[in-house]
Amino acid sequence: MAVLTAKDFKSDQMARWCPGCGDHAVLAALQRALPKVSQALGYEKERYVVVSGIGCSSRLPYYMDTYGFHSIHGRATAVSTGIKVANPTLTVWQACGDGDALAIGGNHFIHAIRRNIDINIILFNNRIYGLTKGQYSPTSKFGAITKTSPYGTVEHPFNPGSLVLGAKGTFFARSLDVELALNEEIMTRAALHDGCSVMEMLVNCVIFNDGAHKDISDPATRADRTIVLRDGEKMLFGADRDKGLVYDGRRLKVVTVGKDGYTLDDVLVHNSKTDDIGLQTALADMKGPDYPVALGVIRDVADVTYDDGVRDQVKDIMSKSKIHCVDDLLRSGSTWEVK
Amino acid sequence: MQNKVIDVEDVVIRFAGDSGDGMQLTGSLFADMSAVYGNSLSTFPDFPAEIRAPQGTVSGVSGFQVHIGSTKVNTPGDYCDLLVAMNPAALKSNAKWCKREAMILVDEDAFDEVGMQKAGFKTDNPFEELGVEDRTLIVSPITTLTRESLKDSGMDNKAILKCKNMFTLGMACYIYSRPLEYIYAYLEKKFSKKHPEVIEPNKKVLNDGYNYAANIQAVPNTYKVEPVKDAVPGLYRNISGNQAVAWGLLAASEKSGLPLFCGSYPITPATAILEELALHKSLGCKTLQAEDEIAGICTAIGASYAGNLAVTTTSGPGLSLKSEALGLAVMTELPLVVVDVQRGGPSTGLPTKTEQTDLNQALYGRNGECPIPVIAAHSPAHCFDAAFQASKIALEHMTPVLLLSEGFLGNGSEPWRIPSMADYPEIKPPFVSGMLKEGEKFHPFERDPETLVRRWAIPGQKGLEHRVGGLEKNHEGVLSNDPANHETMVRERAGKVARIADSIPALEVQGNTGSDILVVSWGGTYGHVLSAVREAGVALAHFDYINPLPSNTAQVFSSYRKILVCELNSGQFAAYLRGILPQFEYRQYNKVQGQPFLVGELVDAIKSL
Repeated sequence: MAVLTAKDFKSDQMARWCPGCGDHAVLAALQRALPKVSQALGYEKERYVVVSGIGCSSRLPYYMDTYGFHSIHGRATAVSTGIKVANPTLTVWQACGDGDALAIGGNHFIHAIRRNIDINIILFNNRIYGLTKGQYSPTSKFGAITKTSPYGTVEHPFNPGSLVLGAKGTFFARSLDVELALNEEIMTRAALHDGCSVMEMLVNCVIFNDGAHKDISDPATRADRTIVLRDGEKMLFGADRDKGLVYDGRRLKVVTVGKDGYTLDDVLVHNSKTDDIGLQTALADMKGPDYPVALGVIRDVADVTYDDGVRDQVKDIMSKSKIHCVDDLLRSGSTWEVK
Repeated sequence: MQNKVIDVEDVVIRFAGDSGDGMQLTGSLFADMSAVYGNSLSTFPDFPAEIRAPQGTVSGVSGFQVHIGSTKVNTPGDYCDLLVAMNPAALKSNAKWCKREAMILVDEDAFDEVGMQKAGFKTDNPFEELGVEDRTLIVSPITTLTRESLKDSGMDNKAILKCKNMFTLGMACYIYSRPLEYIYAYLEKKFSKKHPEVIEPNKKVLNDGYNYAANIQAVPNTYKVEPVKDAVPGLYRNISGNQAVAWGLLAASEKSGLPLFCGSYPITPATAILEELALHKSLGCKTLQAEDEIAGICTAIGASYAGNLAVTTTSGPGLSLKSEALGLAVMTELPLVVVDVQRGGPSTGLPTKTEQTDLNQALYGRNGECPIPVIAAHSPAHCFDAAFQASKIALEHMTPVLLLSEGFLGNGSEPWRIPSMADYPEIKPPFVSGMLKEGEKFHPFERDPETLVRRWAIPGQKGLEHRVGGLEKNHEGVLSNDPANHETMVRERAGKVARIADSIPALEVQGNTGSDILVVSWGGTYGHVLSAVREAGVALAHFDYINPLPSNTAQVFSSYRKILVCELNSGQFAAYLRGILPQFEYRQYNKVQGQPFLVGELVDAIKSL
């Protein structure tokens, strides 16, 4: 098998996103991650199908030299599900935005997670509707001033992580558009995960919501306001890596190692592989100013997948049934002969 | 009074009772038994939308009409020879369906004060109040007799009361000289595993009902409907329209060599198709009960892209929800079969009643210029061939196809001579694989110059990576806003559908082809309209293919002086014909009551031309 490179995944179409849009970086990470996935799993390029809904980020399949399906608003998850169930040997990647996946497509999103269908969903979250030019989305902050909320929104946003874990998702990761290396790492992990993987990419919209995630993405403060979770490692963060997360009774608490009697031993160790969803949910829910925003793979647990279940059931029944063709079926049950 | 057995050509029996009285089962058993006996038949289940409406009320009455004959039967019959009414409400809502010479069999025990009140009778003589006192009335204490019959069975009162329908069925079997053996066999098969204890009591109560009817003076005569004499030899079975759709899809899957995928959401009256397909995973069929109607069609579109024969099944309101995605299937030019088992509308409308009111939605219900082939099934058994043809057109012409069925067909059933799959054609999708020259790039929207059909590349095939989607593209598959390209693509998509006319059968005229009157119909009204044109001595052109129309349509129409379009809506097909073939004058006969036509009213309409 020929070794694939990022170039093999680039189509001849030029990406038409705005200069400075966070989507460019996520696309680059995906094009770099897929050769690694191919190498790890022995996948040829023709196994990849990239599906999307509608919105800026949903143009992504046109920029990938793979099989691609640019579907309709909100329905990418349903199209992906159909592709994967029809042919489980395909590797399905999905690009969708916060409005696409969580507003108009919210139903399909939670049900794909519930079924644990083996698809990889990249959720581009810029907290705004970009393609329709600047209306608030289901992840816009409370009070956000946009074209359709000139006096501020009066509704709470979804935290995609809470939604995924609430639906008992088996894989959830979060990252920032600018974290290219981490994104590659997350995408490779997602590909290796059997089941529905949701990767929330916090992306900037330079035109309609510039600085969408500035509070955590600003290089000056990023180390203090985010924490990158890695399995087996202490939950430490901060420019001097002296802040840590501890479990204090019933909730998470940020402490400084060496202060107030807290030592390194008190700091939690991350485990994305445990089925105990409680701590993972608490980590996914963290937000400033009291907590750092968790990045990295928060949850990655094994469970039965829908596509395997469907395939195995069909295989099992085919081997047991006495009906092997339509002629058998037509003659089954109650029939009578007219002479 | 001397009992005698009278030979009759056909009889119509209507079983009616509370929706919990088991009337659907009683009617089906009578129908199945008659089919095995060798009669021709047609059935019409007519039930309320509520699973258990308030007991004893008119709104909770469930009916099942069966028409059996010694010659070919085309409809479930307009009016009945025997009405079985298990309670006053059933009598009240069904008395109008009795022939002048009909028998009415009622459970006397149910006609107490409470029952009469619930049904809204004002006097204490329900027959007189309904104007049917001159019919042959068989008033029997069925509840009491059933209790008596089963008093030593060890069953509790509730279970005993559930056997009332079997007592009644026994009586009906006596009146129509039906042997009970078939029902015995059915009971043994159905209950031998889970409830063997109910087999004997049911047999006993059935037999007691039969003997009771034989002994009482109230049954003046018994009747006999001989088996059909000139029936085509072969193996037969009973089949409902929904079952036939499912099996036709499985047949198309086999003949195309593509696995069947069905993404659907439960909806009356189409659900039974999904249920039926879910039973037949042994043929490699995958069913996905989606989270909503939109996911049903979108999973099917995904499965189609991945190379399956993809199907979604629904009824009118579900079709409305699917319209945007149907446009996506048109734009991506992927094969897809959408089955709409029509019901009364608009909105939730009359969920359990039949109508032909989704024709406009099927033809036009999408944004943009978005033509799709539309096919209509004309009888329960024909649903098999219609589903097969819909799949064949979808796969060979790379287009979604809308198959219109109707509640009347989906729930109705008829005997069917089982075909051999060897007699069905192969289905050959236009796969691109192996067709490209060395170094040639796959252009997904390049077309066959004859048919305008694009070629199909399945993900997983090396070197054929391409993108499809809802945005307009050029032939190479590249996004295009070019005005001229858009117009070209719009015309080509329409042309592709129009050219399907070259591969469908010509329109045939039935009945008295020499008449100067041509009756035109489509879909599930076929049996009624055929009976009516024969009685009236005129010609019939019945359409299975609606878009495109058979290419000889104008030629057929031009041979007749008067054209009467009969349909169960306000004139949707007539309006469609006026748009396409405006040179003819179309008269209409329409009915929008959630009920099938009556042969009699059609004959009157034809004669009054």
